[in-house]
This record gives sequence, C-alpha cells and structure tokens, in this order.
Amino acid sequence: MATFLLELVSPERLLLSRQVEMATIPAAEGEMGVLPGHAPMIVTLRGGIIRVRENGAETERLFVGGGFAEVSPERVTVLADEATPLANLSRAEAERRIAEAEAALREVTAEDTEVKRDAALERVLSARSMLDAAQAA
Amino acid sequence: MASLKDLRGRINSVKNTRKITQAMKMVAAAKLRRAQAQAEAARPYAERMEAILASLGAAVASTPGAPQMLVGTGEDRVHLLVVVTADRGLAGGFNTNVGRLARARIRALEAEGKVVKVLTVGRKGAAYLRRDFASRIVGEITFMGKKRVEFSDAEAVAVRVTEMLEEGEFDVCSLLYNRFRNVITQIPTDQRLIPAPLPEGQVTAPAAAGPQAQYEYEPAEETILATLLPRNLAIQIYRAVLESTAGFYGSQMTAMDNATRNAGDMINRLTLNYNRTRQANITKELIEIISGAEAV
Repeated sequence: MATFLLELVSPERLLLSRQVEMATIPAAEGEMGVLPGHAPMIVTLRGGIIRVRENGAETERLFVGGGFAEVSPERVTVLADEATPLANLSRAEAERRIAEAEAALREVTAEDTEVKRDAALERVLSARSMLDAAQAA
Repeated sequence: MASLKDLRGRINSVKNTRKITQAMKMVAAAKLRRAQAQAEAARPYAERMEAILASLGAAVASTPGAPQMLVGTGEDRVHLLVVVTADRGLAGGFNTNVGRLARARIRALEAEGKVVKVLTVGRKGAAYLRRDFASRIVGEITFMGKKRVEFSDAEAVAVRVTEMLEEGEFDVCSLLYNRFRNVITQIPTDQRLIPAPLPEGQVTAPAAAGPQAQYEYEPAEETILATLLPRNLAIQIYRAVLESTAGFYGSQMTAMDNATRNAGDMINRLTLNYNRTRQANITKELIEIISGAEAV
C-alpha cells in the first residue's frame, strides 16, 4: 500500500519520522484521517490521540496536547506542544493537570480577552483528553 | 627573595587550583554533551515551525488585520532587548561578549533617540547591564537551580514578552544571545523576534506561491496564526536558551582548559624558582662553612 512520511516533533525532540499508511490526527475541528495524497492543509490540533497505521495494522498511539499539523500529499508534519506514547501516560499526572487547568480557568474573568479565555478553556479540554487517553491505554 | 616555605605554599596552592579547574573542565565537558544533545533535539521542531510560518505569514502579512506579533505595531520607537546569558561565570568571555553586544546595541539605539527596555534571562547578563543601564531593565529571569531548561520555562519568558506587546510597551523586540557554533566558538547574535522576520522575497510577492502548494487552513489563517505566533516566539527563545547553555559549557570547558594549562606552567616556573633558591641556600651555607674553616 502507498505510504507517506509522517513526522512528529515536539519542542523537545523528534518523536517519529517514518513512512506510514495512514495517520489519524485530532484536528481542532474534528478527527482527521490522513491517507497518502491528501490535499495540502495546515490545521491546528486539540488534545487527543494520534494513531498510526502501518502494514495494515495500528502500530502507534501517541497523545498530543495540542499543536499544529502541516499536511501535504507526500508528508505530514505534526508540531505537537507535547507528545507522549500512550503507554507512558499516567493518570495521576493527567488528573493533576485537570485540577491545575480548572483552577486557572476559574481565575479567568469576563474582563480578560477572548483569546485568554479560550486558551484557558483549551487547557482544560486538553488535560481532560489526556485523562481519557490515559484510561484508553 | 621569597623564602622556601613561601614558595612551597604557593606551589601547593596553585596545584590545588589546577585540580579544581581540571575537575570543572571535566564537568563542563560532560554537561556540554548533554546540552548539545538537547539543543539538537529541539532543532527539527524549530525548522518545521519556520517553514509553516513562512508559508502562512506570507499570506497574511499583507492583509490589513495582520497580528501585531507578525508585522509589529507599525512604529519603531520602543525597543525591547531580550538578553540571554548564563547564570554562572568562569567561562571566559562568554557572558561579557553578549553583554558588550547588548551595551553597543543600547547605545546605538539611544543615540537614534529610541527608547530601550531590557529583559535579561540569566543572572550574569543582569549583573553586567545593571551597572550602566539599571533604569532600562524591566525584568530579570533566571533558571538558577534548574538541572535542565524545559520548554515550559522558555514559554514563560515568551508569555511575558507577549503580555508586554499587548500592553503596547514596545514596538520592536530583539533577542541577544550566544549562538553555539562549535565548542570553541560562540557567536554573539542579535535576532529580531517582533516583527517576525519573514524569508525575503516572500514578503514582497505573497501571491507568487509558485511551486509551493496552496494550503487549505482549518480553522482560518488568522486563528492559526494567533496560536502559532506566540508558540514561535517561545520556540525561538527556547532555542536561544539551549544554544546559550551549550555555548556556555563549551566556553567554560575552553576557559578551564586554559586555566589548567596556565596553572601547570605556573607550577613549573615556581618549582624552578624553588629549586634555584634551595640550591642558592645550600651554596651559601657551604661558603659560610668553608670560609669559617679557613679562618680558623
């Protein structure tokens, strides 16, 4: 089957760079399955799981906390804010983050800019999806 | 002439210094390897980010509602300099080089009648600039006591800069740091952050996408840029801090290597001096004994 190059990088390191058959990425406006030859796109990501398919089977599942992805016919570059293989996620860590993010959200007042409110809400959602991902692992 | 006892004392003290500098060199070498690996690991992200930003920025920069972080405030009056240095010294000219670059920049900008604000990252830069420019320093950040600098630390700096931009506290922002070329060479670098420098040619011809594919954006370009730009700022700062850290250990290693060698030279000189003095003393005593015996 045809393949494309999937690259997954976080600010701290390059996590993945190889030919895959399909990748499912959690785009901000809905999960997106990418196959080779996809139309070029730039999307933002929300917290969620990236699934990788190689040789007809799902081989990798990684949690990303948000970020961007650049899709072109031959390659997909995911710039993740943070990325962790599902197996390494800890529920305690996720719960701690939810608590932190929710506290931050409570502190946001109506006077703050919309961008700020959105960012706080985004953080809570990302933390919750981390917990979901941890439970799914 | 120094007595034998004094010389012995000095030789011992220099020997101890040499032991210390040698140990510091070893430690710096080990830490350098780690810092270098970290800096290299961060590179792919920064490169991909630049590529995305270039294609996105070119499309949006010419539109009227382009974000400030991309095109600046349209003015050029208040400059913010983010000066990245190390938290420690004993690394040769490492901190001084950046400090000197910052000082030259501040002087030049002020000569042009601009207002300068300085945000220092790292203890040494703050100490250096406080002497002459204390009134320009708006903030000092250090990563003291941290084993390694995480991305979130750099993000905190970026958030600070973003807030200042939103408050309209500056028009142009530059980053001054030591770029890591190799272990012996670090280049003090002045990099503009805001307005974001776009690759040349693309700014003037945004429509001519040529071979580059036209991207679809989801959500809209502006929304993506609004999250991408602060992130880019953070990654640039992160990269600067990592390069600076790697450079610091490189510089410290070189400095300590020199110090060790100099201590060795000094020990040789002192030992020679010590032996000469000892010999002179013996000769003197012999002469005294012989002339005493002759007198009898």
